Amino acid sequence: MNKTNRPIVLEAKGLTKRFPGVLANDNINLKLHQGEILAFLGENGAGKSTLMNMLYGLYTPTEGEIWIKGEKVEMSNPGDAIDRGVGMVHQHFQLVPVMTVAENVMLGSEITSGGGRLNMRKAIQNVRDLSEQYGLAVDPTAVIEDLPVGTQQRVEIIKALYRHADILILDEPTAVLTPQEANELFRIMNDLTAQNVSIIFITHKLKEVLSVADRIGVLRSGQMVGTAMPEDSTETSLAELMVGRNVILQVEKSPSKPKEPVLQIQNLHVRDDRGHASVEGVDLEVRAGEIVGIAGVEGNGQRELVEALTGLRHADSGKIIIDGREITHFNPRQITELGVAHIPEDREKHGLVMPYTLSDNMVLNKYFKAPYAKGVIMHHDKIDQNGQVLVKEYDVRPPNIHALAQNLSGGNKQKVIVAREFSTPTKLLVAAQPTRGIDVGSIEFIHKQIVAQRDQNVAVLVVSAELDEVLGLADRIAVMFDGRIVKILSAAEATRERVGLLMAGSEA
Amino acid sequence: MTTAAVPKARSRGDYAKIIGLIFGVLVLIGIIYGYITNPVTTTAVLASTLRQSTPLVLGALCGLIGERSGVINIGIEGQMLMAAFIAFLANVYTGNLFVAVLAGFATGAVLGAFLAFMSVTLKMDQIIGGTVINILALGLTSFFYQTGLTTQGKMQPIPLGPLADIPLIGPIFFDNPPITYTTLILVMLVHYVLFYTRWGLRTRAVGEHPSAADTVGINVFKIRYINVIIGGGIAGLAGAYLTLEAVGSFERAMTNGRGFVALAVMIFGKYTPFGAWGAALLFGFATALQTQLQFAGQLEIPHQFIGMLPYLLTIIVLAGFVGRTRVPSAVGKPYEKE
Repeated sequence: MNKTNRPIVLEAKGLTKRFPGVLANDNINLKLHQGEILAFLGENGAGKSTLMNMLYGLYTPTEGEIWIKGEKVEMSNPGDAIDRGVGMVHQHFQLVPVMTVAENVMLGSEITSGGGRLNMRKAIQNVRDLSEQYGLAVDPTAVIEDLPVGTQQRVEIIKALYRHADILILDEPTAVLTPQEANELFRIMNDLTAQNVSIIFITHKLKEVLSVADRIGVLRSGQMVGTAMPEDSTETSLAELMVGRNVILQVEKSPSKPKEPVLQIQNLHVRDDRGHASVEGVDLEVRAGEIVGIAGVEGNGQRELVEALTGLRHADSGKIIIDGREITHFNPRQITELGVAHIPEDREKHGLVMPYTLSDNMVLNKYFKAPYAKGVIMHHDKIDQNGQVLVKEYDVRPPNIHALAQNLSGGNKQKVIVAREFSTPTKLLVAAQPTRGIDVGSIEFIHKQIVAQRDQNVAVLVVSAELDEVLGLADRIAVMFDGRIVKILSAAEATRERVGLLMAGSEA
Repeated sequence: MTTAAVPKARSRGDYAKIIGLIFGVLVLIGIIYGYITNPVTTTAVLASTLRQSTPLVLGALCGLIGERSGVINIGIEGQMLMAAFIAFLANVYTGNLFVAVLAGFATGAVLGAFLAFMSVTLKMDQIIGGTVINILALGLTSFFYQTGLTTQGKMQPIPLGPLADIPLIGPIFFDNPPITYTTLILVMLVHYVLFYTRWGLRTRAVGEHPSAADTVGINVFKIRYINVIIGGGIAGLAGAYLTLEAVGSFERAMTNGRGFVALAVMIFGKYTPFGAWGAALLFGFATALQTQLQFAGQLEIPHQFIGMLPYLLTIIVLAGFVGRTRVPSAVGKPYEKE
């Protein structure tokens, strides 16, 4: 729907933000109309967050003006933005887990009855009224940590509405939601706009933009490279605008030819960090030459499963067999030596040593062996040689083997890990969230590499919270919910809707 | 997962409650039995329990106000010791008890401000910051200490009219010197402020999730500073108690580890004022009993072993209960604005 004839509630004119050595936002102009959903698309590092942080008063623009409801504003902290009716729902929720919904909502703008005494009854009533008015079902007396993620997000929205926000900024709101929860969020967004709330919606998911946005702005390397109307756009056209060149969104692959089983998991039980049962009886088989994808909302035992497979976590009971050998109580190096490659979920914590150079990072799985080491002596020329070859082969940018890992972009960090893991003979690849938070171009590259491994008879297990990634890559899809594999589907049987329902715990 | 975890956690809490109840009933029976067989000694031990617990409660209140806002205070011992010394000197030179108590409070508060500066502004390691205060206090007080000085008077018990005449309860609760009364009031006051006021809500939010507080316009640094300074003042009161109410003079290192026991009390009390009070009473009871047993001299155990009682209790409590207490999540982490 075209809402551009409505009054403008927020306008940015020539907004520029310079950080030392970086031009994060370059002369950005935007207009938000009343009751409109304006979506911002952009890859990581395109400048979306910088732009939003300026609109929310967290950063001061280097140049340019912000106008809110016909008034030019200078904001120096979020309080100024809140006063002008701007509310923000952060990607990482800003909620105190041990407090109730009502306490979280009023925090900072408390309702008191003299002497600073909190008036909880009134606060609870206030939350009830808001949740009725905007159709945001939530129990004001519930404690945050007991609530599902989708509900916590609703609390964040209520928090903004409680502060009389009529301009909402939603930063990657669907990143943590199941498809069903995301649909619920879109319904809420539509209800809000019907009551004249205007919404800025940041995402890198093309599908969502097309289904909810009234208008779309695309950011690329700090510049607004275009605006589009959803009715005139396709996923491909938006992706091209975002990346600046042709991209192939579909993973290209031939049908799989599965051979002998490489990984067998039998009735595996694993506990999480707090000692609660996390993986509760998983059975799974991955064969050479096939990709098995594990779909599921994060926190349903995937992390613990992967850690148990790679020797990072002790399994309570059950068996893990790789290539006919039971490895349940092997340590990580023993498992690596069997030909298991691991792309860990948290690349900065478990994938790379951040203050090390690229060439050092690229031998982490083999530095102790010839030709890289002889006894306790390291052979740096061989290590650098290895780095040189891999940087070129995997197109790591900048192609400088002495650069520190911490200075690379997310996509290039991931390429370094992939390069290292694929550089030794591999029988089994365990990839957890292999493309989280990286740009479309790198995603395309890494997907290709994973498929190439499969075609060389490697057994591949991909764990991802991105449903599209699992659907695109996997030959078989196992859906994990509450520590169990609830269903295994072939690629042909797996539709978004069906997998989505399974992920939410309802049998399909 | 989380839904499965919650009932488990609750049932563990239920066990704790049942054990607590049984323990409470046993103590009550013990007290009644003791009062019937030997009323004088029982009353003396219980009255002494309350007074022995006073510096521990104050120390624990200091600790929990700070930690609830996210700052670990391991310098309670030093704050107490320095305050004890300054309060003592203030009394020696002015002859006024009230001025001396104020001096003790102010000393603690100043050291609190110093701790806040190190841990909030300089973002230093908070354990090191507290240790600095402990070493500083021990060094300065030992260096400037002169023998032969005594206080001019001592805080005397104030019986609260007819309430003090109630058997058993009267002498224990209603016939105490001022700082002991103040402590009881502070327990209730801190509980009220922490759980029923705007300040308390903000303090807890800052200690659990400072960036959540920051994004709704709460000044994290200010809340931490004020809590740590007020906490320091309360620890100062504990120091004043030692010189002006309990002993009447100053000795080197007279806090004797009470600041650390107070930390154990705070953890055992699950970071709540009433919990800390109950825990402190337990330690106070161990100390009082230990003193009484040494005086009685009927036991065939060397007095050194009996003297170990309160410290042994600290070790057992800390080893057994620390893991079950929920610590404020942001404690010990300096807050960095993005």
